[in-house]
Amino acid sequence: MRAAVDRRAVVACGGLAVAGLALAFLGLSHGAAWSTPGEVLAGLAGNDGSVVIREWRLPRVAAALVFGAALGLAGAVFQNLTRNPLGSPDVIGLDAGAYTGALVAITVLGGGAAALAAGSVAGGLLAAAVVYTLSLDAGLSGLRLVVNGIAVNAMLTALNSWIVLRADLDVAMAATGWSVGSLNGADWAEVRLPFAVIGGFALLLVALSRAMHQSALGDELAVTSGVRLARLRLLLVVAGVGCTATVTAVAGPIVFVALAAPQIGRRLARAGGVPLLPAALTGAVLLLGADLVAQLLLAPVALPVGVVTTAIGGLYLIWLLITEVRRR
Amino acid sequence: MSVRLTARELTLAYGERTVSTRLTVDVPDGAFTAIIGPNACGKSTLLRAFVRLLAPASGEVAFDGRDVRRHHPKAYARTVGFLPQGLVAPEGIVARRLVGRGRYPHRSALAPWTAADEAAVTAAMSAAGVADLADRPVDELSGGQRQRVWVAMVLAQETPYVLLDEPTTFLDLTHQYELLALLARLRDEGRTVVAVLHDVNQACRYADHLIAMRADRVVAEGAPADIVDAALIQEVFDLPSLVIPDPVTGTPLVVPSL
Repeated sequence: MRAAVDRRAVVACGGLAVAGLALAFLGLSHGAAWSTPGEVLAGLAGNDGSVVIREWRLPRVAAALVFGAALGLAGAVFQNLTRNPLGSPDVIGLDAGAYTGALVAITVLGGGAAALAAGSVAGGLLAAAVVYTLSLDAGLSGLRLVVNGIAVNAMLTALNSWIVLRADLDVAMAATGWSVGSLNGADWAEVRLPFAVIGGFALLLVALSRAMHQSALGDELAVTSGVRLARLRLLLVVAGVGCTATVTAVAGPIVFVALAAPQIGRRLARAGGVPLLPAALTGAVLLLGADLVAQLLLAPVALPVGVVTTAIGGLYLIWLLITEVRRR
Repeated sequence: MSVRLTARELTLAYGERTVSTRLTVDVPDGAFTAIIGPNACGKSTLLRAFVRLLAPASGEVAFDGRDVRRHHPKAYARTVGFLPQGLVAPEGIVARRLVGRGRYPHRSALAPWTAADEAAVTAAMSAAGVADLADRPVDELSGGQRQRVWVAMVLAQETPYVLLDEPTTFLDLTHQYELLALLARLRDEGRTVVAVLHDVNQACRYADHLIAMRADRVVAEGAPADIVDAALIQEVFDLPSLVIPDPVTGTPLVVPSL
């Protein structure tokens, strides 16, 4: 029986990986003019047109896959921590907090990429600390934390608008374009460091994953089966915020992926709890798919991917809120 | 009577609210101990202190003479298992997977599932009578089935000490007695069992050792036949009663005489 469940998860993950590769191929083919599969393969191999394929299109496709996976992981981490499908970093204000941190880093500190990334992570962690403190008496799990998070999210979004309004014109324009979340103009130089950071956090999460699933049994059983709960939570929050904030620092806040990917992945894999690998793979497929839609919908004008994810995510969030409130 | 798990001068509190003061309790090794007493007398809280879920305000809970909170978490979890009340399974998990979670303290972070893990899960599920539920999602089971799956999870932890907080709740009469018989069987196999039980007659019938508590203190400790009489029931539960020998087992049987 164990094998049967595992097989289902393996098939789901395999299917997601194939879907991701197929979308990636589509992404590599799409440009000002469509390339044939032969041209894409030749480009990847370093032959004709390799600059277009390898230097222009590949970084964007890779960014969509890696960032989508990072958002899926972050979503799974927080949904496990809060034991609630709504407890995702984009809903409970961590993305907005990361964006606040990034805005402060540019407007006040005038920093470069590293300051931006550090500001994002700090902002995300700070938002997490605020949401956690507000929800302390009700415990880490439950709808209460989510509602507090939504409130914090709203306030931070207002604060972000205020910072942008007060900023110099050029900074404000850049920040506004970035505020919806976009992969437009991603290149290797820009994504190399974030890829490494996300890879590090992903490895940390692999090491923590068994303890994380054990803690989904509830605090009592987690402790009495040997989980060091306080340390686990701290590391999970750092890794989860690290993933989502790193994406925010480069691409702006991209909502919906962290919210939906873990739940879709969980249903596809028919696993108990919110497993990490299906969440990451679903996130990668979702973000790359959304980015392709964003590029194709009003072609030749490329929409920011965040517009697409926000539009779909809004509907999904409303549905989820209604079912969650009914359930209690 | 050898003793490894002890509470000395234990004061337990949730924040400002003191639940029990200066309790001293020994858990006899290899016996089935039942903790009885009225609601809110600190029975569950005492169990929680034994399994490191609650730090004492003062006093000490010790295993092998060392404070339980100074034992390594996983090593302690391989020694003392606990079944709390009011558990909620992760959404969508199937019974066998949930029972497998009991193996957590026996596995390192990345170790694969072993034949020993598999054998422990199979044995635990058949002992708890849930072998036929293996593939069923836990959220689709009845309350009683679910409770037995949780019991199997704690059994799969293969701990020499098994502590259970009101394990018979949600079970129908037949399954209550089956579970109590299972706990007695565990004791016969050499494990130490401690359970908070609501039904005094069940406690008398199955347990070797009773701890009777009332409003934050231990009123009496000992074998049911030695300590249970009308005076004790009056003192612990404020209930006038006759205590007669159980016609089936000869153990004390409390018949309220209201």
